[in-house]
Amino acid sequence: MITREVVIKTDKLTKKFGDFIATNEISFEVYSGEIFGFLGANGAGKTTAIRMLCGLLTPTSGHATVAGFDIYKQTEKVKSNIGYMSQKFSLYEDLTPRENIKFYGGIYGLTDKEIKGKSDSLIHQLGLEMQADKLVGSLPLGWKQKLAFSVAIIHDPKIVFLDEPTGGVDPVTRRQFWDLIYDASEKGITSFVTTHYMDEAEYCNRISMMVDGVMKECDTPSILKEKYHTDSMDEVFFELARGAKRTAD
Amino acid sequence: MRTLRFLLQKEFRQIFRNTTILRMIIMVPIIQLLILPLAADYEIKNINVAIVDHDHSGMVQQLIGKISSSGYFHIADYNSSYDKTFTKFENDKADLILEIPQHFERNLVREDKQELFLAVNAINGIKATVGSSYLAGVIRDFNADLRLRYYPSLATANNPVIDVAPVNWYNPFLNYRFFMVPGILVVLVTMVGSYMCALNIVKEKEAGTIEQINVTPIKKFQFILGKLIPFWLIGIFVFSLGLWVIARFVYGIIPVGSILLLYSFLAVYLIALLGIGLLISTYSTTQQQAMSLAFFMVMIFMLMSGLFTPIDSMPGWAKWIAHASPVTYFIDVIRMVTLKGSGLTDIKNHFLIMGGFAVFFNGWAVLNYRKTS
Repeated sequence: MITREVVIKTDKLTKKFGDFIATNEISFEVYSGEIFGFLGANGAGKTTAIRMLCGLLTPTSGHATVAGFDIYKQTEKVKSNIGYMSQKFSLYEDLTPRENIKFYGGIYGLTDKEIKGKSDSLIHQLGLEMQADKLVGSLPLGWKQKLAFSVAIIHDPKIVFLDEPTGGVDPVTRRQFWDLIYDASEKGITSFVTTHYMDEAEYCNRISMMVDGVMKECDTPSILKEKYHTDSMDEVFFELARGAKRTAD
Repeated sequence: MRTLRFLLQKEFRQIFRNTTILRMIIMVPIIQLLILPLAADYEIKNINVAIVDHDHSGMVQQLIGKISSSGYFHIADYNSSYDKTFTKFENDKADLILEIPQHFERNLVREDKQELFLAVNAINGIKATVGSSYLAGVIRDFNADLRLRYYPSLATANNPVIDVAPVNWYNPFLNYRFFMVPGILVVLVTMVGSYMCALNIVKEKEAGTIEQINVTPIKKFQFILGKLIPFWLIGIFVFSLGLWVIARFVYGIIPVGSILLLYSFLAVYLIALLGIGLLISTYSTTQQQAMSLAFFMVMIFMLMSGLFTPIDSMPGWAKWIAHASPVTYFIDVIRMVTLKGSGLTDIKNHFLIMGGFAVFFNGWAVLNYRKTS
């Protein structure tokens, strides 16, 4: 296997909220262009980890670099090189898709010409021609999520963090959403995805399992299935999550 | 700068798309300025006087004639029994009872001396004080008339009198609206500025869009400027609407002093005020919290700002609070500039203090606003 560029590297990354240890010394690496699945039960510490990597939360201890920049000292550099899509829909509902694209393109420093080009190609790619000038609030959830993803990678970041991007979305739209992730991956954009859907875990190049703030496993889906002598990711998940002491939040 | 352009463009789009905000910006100033000054009028008229007459003399009729012709009083009852009259008092039909004793005229002429009894319904303190002093004034006048008639020599020559002739400066006709309208204009700008700014930012927190902004390379000051500038402009617009349209055409108030000075002070005031709005937003996670907090602050600012009651007559601790509120200074400045024509040297201290407020509130808010937790 050829050595690939490391885009995320964490070393004993820890976050405590008082006595509660949300993530406990997690260490892992993510490679360029990879689709990295970040799995775990509710309350396992996934969102905390993502928020630290995006510079929204300061870690208690440990080290990490994202896109080659230190998450303590170079947060602004980190932010220019990542995209982020949270579980909460986060485009402006009172703006149109075109206006949202223009706004985010603008604040990521794209030129007017680039914004125009991106805007047209995105709207075409998502089939939003009819809705391009209607308010985002009136779009169905699935379309909103696809648009939010496209806006999150409008500046061609090195990495895109997706925190449960397909929650509440129908299976067809979920499939289309994953097509977008694959397209991005082909362009060299690394995807860091959390999900509760085990079929989605199968789509990932590698997955990691968080249990009670600790990273229990980190490997390809096929190796993990082999290791736990099963042919479904569901079984792997149950096997690992069974030991969890924390109750779901 | 380019980032700021995109932020402002987005902010204005959202504001102009929100019909509730637009209506608030235009209708609230107009309606409040039309209604509030009429209600907040301290001039006391239509004081109901009940007269208990035990004398029934010609002189009493003259006195009653004088009272009712003053224009401030309405003779609510005329009776010869105090007890019967007192029921009027108890039923709130009378504000004052003037009791005229038996042999009023006779004693006055014969003994040069007579006493009148005045009872005051003091539930409404202002009406009671003002009413009784008006009535005392009318009686004093009546007394002077009598002197002149019965002892012309005494009235003019032997009696040393200090006569006071007051002149009303800056508001010669004591028009209450000249005093209230500029103050209410300040309150309006305060409400629109602080509420709208705080709610707007908290709305982004609620919607989760602020988190999306926080993962972009937008700098803290860019985001804050992007929020402050639109509401700063709206504040100036609301003020202008009130000053040029309502105050001028409805109340005939034309500032005596420099308009430029007034606007310069407004500019600094709005920065301080938006700082408060920003500060509120950093401490609130929901619009409900922001609204309660902003309401509480504006309420205190309004009541303690010298808008309705003079600060000089407040107790010491209240004066401290009054002077800790930016609203107090702007109300002072707007009254000084519009009524008196005060210049920059007169309000220099106000400017410095307001500048201090602007730095203090914005500094605190900026420190408290974090992209990272």
